[in-house]
Amino acid sequence: MKPFEQLVADHGPTVLRVCRAVLGPGPDADDAWSEAFLSALRAYPELPWDANHEAWLVTIAHRKAIDVVRRRARTPVPTDQLPESPSLLGIPGNDDDELRQAVAALPLRQREAVALHYLAGLPYAEAAELTGSTTAAVRRAAADGMAKLRAFYRRGQQPAADVAAPDASEGAIR
Amino acid sequence: MTAENPAAQDTGAGPELDLLTRLDPEQLERLHHRLEQEAAATGILDLVFTTTDTPVGTLLLVATEQGLVRVAFASEHHEHVLAGLAETVSPRILRSPVRLESAVRQLDEYFAGRRRVFDLPLDRRLSKGFRAEVLHHLPAIPYGRTESYAQVAAAVGNPKAVRAVGSACATNPLPVVVPCHRVLRSDGAFGGYLGGPEAKAYLLGLESAA
Repeated sequence: MKPFEQLVADHGPTVLRVCRAVLGPGPDADDAWSEAFLSALRAYPELPWDANHEAWLVTIAHRKAIDVVRRRARTPVPTDQLPESPSLLGIPGNDDDELRQAVAALPLRQREAVALHYLAGLPYAEAAELTGSTTAAVRRAAADGMAKLRAFYRRGQQPAADVAAPDASEGAIR
Repeated sequence: MTAENPAAQDTGAGPELDLLTRLDPEQLERLHHRLEQEAAATGILDLVFTTTDTPVGTLLLVATEQGLVRVAFASEHHEHVLAGLAETVSPRILRSPVRLESAVRQLDEYFAGRRRVFDLPLDRRLSKGFRAEVLHHLPAIPYGRTESYAQVAAAVGNPKAVRAVGSACATNPLPVVVPCHRVLRSDGAFGGYLGGPEAKAYLLGLESAA
């Protein structure tokens, strides 16, 4: 069994991306990340030795992020079904307005699908299982979410002179 | 423990996702620090570690709630040592320099020639039986002095167990802090050392110069 530190080092960034995709960057995503790793550390000794660590951590983080969404909404949801509606809740205290707008503009289902499939690298079927949805619905939500982010990104790029510079998307950004 | 560059991840989904994948390494460091504190506060952090650079190479320091449990030379391969502790003690391990500040400070003082005795809580769970008795005796050898394996065997009441003293020293889980480097062969030769003969020579030279 690997030292837990190894899991934090290997998967901490991906888990934070998932939390931020669902919650936007800011204190809520940080809380979800912290709660996820704390709860994973508690359960870690009982984890089967051959478990997929990243999928396990992403599952926990997704659950914690949804907990935060529910707390934020201040209206307890009695079932696993979450209302599919654009986030009107605001994401306070973040330092990246561009990203906040891009993410907040997506309905929760699309944020989840983009986070789990594109950021955490889960196959559509696993993302569907995690969110209590179907493979087809997750595929569609991920595609719709990506289309909106793409449109947002293009809008954001238009003021710049060289919109189509192909290398602009390579590697680390900023 | 090599982290990927957290700022760059090829998601294969195009530039719009770079908005979401961009992460600040300092932010991850802050989250790590918070995890260390919250895990320790809730009592689910069994082992903490840090590394410190010394004249005998980078040392790995590992502690439990009770105290320092393991010091390892680079030649032992720190990742292997941590993997072993994950099996034998607990996999609930986090890097946490804050919890090992006084051990690091005392080692700095020792290597600067300003400290002769370590005053640190030790967790001796990794040594058992006769080996544990040998290691308990070692701090009684004063700074700057040496004993032979035979003298140590006699001191712990088993004069014939010279080889066993040798293997106790060779498997000392707390080198430098528990001074197995002060034990030499009866003919004056160094004998083996976990951190290599150069490290043993360095420590003995440091102590004889002071």
